[in-house]
Amino acid sequence: MILNNVNILGEHNADIEIDEGVIVNIAAAGSLQSEIDCQGLTLLPGLVDLHTHMREPGFEESETVASASRAGARGGFTALHAMPNTSPVGDTAGVVEQVFHLGQAAGLCDVFPIGAVTKNLEGKQLAELGAMAESEARVRIFSDDGKCVSDPLLMRRALEYVKAFGGVIAQHAQDPLLTVGSQMNESELSSRLGLKGWPAVAEEAIIARDVLLAQHVKGKLHICHVSTRGSVEIIQRAKENGINVTAEVTPHHLLLTEDLVENYDPIFKVNPPLRSRDDVLALREGVQNGVIDIIATDHAPHPLESKDCEWEVAAFGMLGLETALSVAYTALVKDGSMSIGQLADVLSTRPAAIGQIAQHGRPITVGEPANFVLFDTSRSYRVDKYDSFSKSTNNPYDTMTLHGKVVMTMLRGNITYRDVEAKL
Amino acid sequence: MKHLLSSEDLNRDEIITILDTAARMKDLAGAKKLPTLRGFTIVNLFFEDSTRTRISFEAASKRLSADVINFSAKGSSVSKGESLKDTALTLQAMGADAIVIRHPASGSAYRLANAGWISGSVINAGDGTHQHPTQSLLDAFTIRNHFGLVGNDLSGRHIAIVGDILHSRVARSNIFLLSTLGAKVSVVAPPTLLPIGIENWPCEVSYDLDSVLPQVDAVMMLRIQTERMSDSFFPSELEYSKRYGLDAKRFAQLPGHAIVMHPGPMNRGLEISATVADCERSVIVEQVANGVLIRMAVLFHILAGESL
Repeated sequence: MILNNVNILGEHNADIEIDEGVIVNIAAAGSLQSEIDCQGLTLLPGLVDLHTHMREPGFEESETVASASRAGARGGFTALHAMPNTSPVGDTAGVVEQVFHLGQAAGLCDVFPIGAVTKNLEGKQLAELGAMAESEARVRIFSDDGKCVSDPLLMRRALEYVKAFGGVIAQHAQDPLLTVGSQMNESELSSRLGLKGWPAVAEEAIIARDVLLAQHVKGKLHICHVSTRGSVEIIQRAKENGINVTAEVTPHHLLLTEDLVENYDPIFKVNPPLRSRDDVLALREGVQNGVIDIIATDHAPHPLESKDCEWEVAAFGMLGLETALSVAYTALVKDGSMSIGQLADVLSTRPAAIGQIAQHGRPITVGEPANFVLFDTSRSYRVDKYDSFSKSTNNPYDTMTLHGKVVMTMLRGNITYRDVEAKL
Repeated sequence: MKHLLSSEDLNRDEIITILDTAARMKDLAGAKKLPTLRGFTIVNLFFEDSTRTRISFEAASKRLSADVINFSAKGSSVSKGESLKDTALTLQAMGADAIVIRHPASGSAYRLANAGWISGSVINAGDGTHQHPTQSLLDAFTIRNHFGLVGNDLSGRHIAIVGDILHSRVARSNIFLLSTLGAKVSVVAPPTLLPIGIENWPCEVSYDLDSVLPQVDAVMMLRIQTERMSDSFFPSELEYSKRYGLDAKRFAQLPGHAIVMHPGPMNRGLEISATVADCERSVIVEQVANGVLIRMAVLFHILAGESL
């Protein structure tokens, strides 16, 4: 297969020849035999998501590994990390291997299960972290995501224990006692709406504690879905002090603000909550200056009835896989504050490095696997929640216009998604 | 006016019109029953116990000759998210012209009105810790009557709201409505019972009841729920009562013309002493009577379509 006239990472145009899933030749634009004309399209390494809720096993009415893989491919992803808050929980080698095999069977993205830190996500006793690490799923990231490992001693032990196999603890930073019944960002707006506030300090206090624990035991800490300016500042200081911490931000926290809650539409109910404009700006700066390492979707499908109800009884979470690259491009690149190459870094190279997955997030050079996304920066589109590869429709961008569109995704040279409107 | 969801949605002229209509309803009280809403169906949809608000709306509806259906659904909604929608669809199918809703979840009245489940009008009779707009209307009506301001707003008047502002929909409704009417509003509470960001609301904030009382025309005492104590909002009932309760000694600090209000139900001996609650400058019973008039006025403007 030959991609002609493709723009590599927004830098230069070339023809790329792929054979048996590997890049075999990169030549001057127009110099190879014409096959797929990619004039005007930008080529990035296939995206890597460190935070996907695939809902299988247990919640297949919301999503399956297969449907999440389809949604991922449509979003330009070639690798997805599956969060373990399934039923049963991904806290044993058996469950993570099942998810791993479901990913292989779907064949559209490489699926890497994340293991639970504690048994049944209960925060009481470590799960069999070593068994999951040594399983066929080769788990390297462990997280109780959805719940915080709030017990400081247990968190310390987890950070220490996984050092034996180079594991990373991905913390959902939310002090449970400071957020009992919390519904939205604590602010003047939450007070006015009568919705129980979710203070920034509930996130920041856990991050501050955990970077100190990571420093003390020389462990590897990853902070999931950072959402406040204060969190960015704490992580910046920790990095300056040489602490081994990485951090992610979601696409929605880069674009959406708490003002959207005003109409009590639970489509905007998410954990952590949408924050203020000032927080959004701090998060964007964090990505631009590298304090925040990666963008991860926290793709969280929910059935219709979990959102078509009163705010307080609605589920937390929103879709993200299919729109992630467009949202990131809209929030960070369109205004010129970041380049496409930097976007590839935060959506592919660095998440692959944190996840320690060798065949993803690679440079676009001869001999590397042909894991790609072709992105059309000239196209804008209006999001329609019913136009969904995910099984769910809890899409917060519905009716919004986003810039930049994925037109093709490729995993080891196999086309996993092709936009029907793009003439390729 | 299609719905009444929040006191923040009302401007000064709209409030005055509703209060004036309520005053007319009072003048017509001799007629016992008015034919105005004959043929209309009003549903009282109560997901929370509230005998006084429910019977107030029921009395208002019946005095206007509307058909009233009481739907008590306590406890069935919060555990299962679907049931508010399903209940709404049921009421829609039965042809309710207006739904009066009381619900423990903030925003549920807004959702009922705007989620596309029903086509009728929605009147918020209290949603979580958000709003209770008819309470603030009846409070304004009571203050206005008491000071002989019928037809006017509340410019120049100073009203203190005392107690659990954080969890109170009555406080929220009144802060916005009374200030829209030109009154000066002071809220008084321990810092733990004040919402974040209240400095941006149209009111003054004090932690010290004694310094505020000599300046006000009316003091509104809020019910303090004893379970707040176990959540460490304050150390003990005794300490709360000593610092923020309205007893005879504090009452003496009020100007001679000032009135005492309470939305009920009262904890006598906690936020208000029995002697103050029952004294001649207490208008607590008047508030209840005015509640029926205000709800008649609101139902009239919403259903009879007299524009505001």
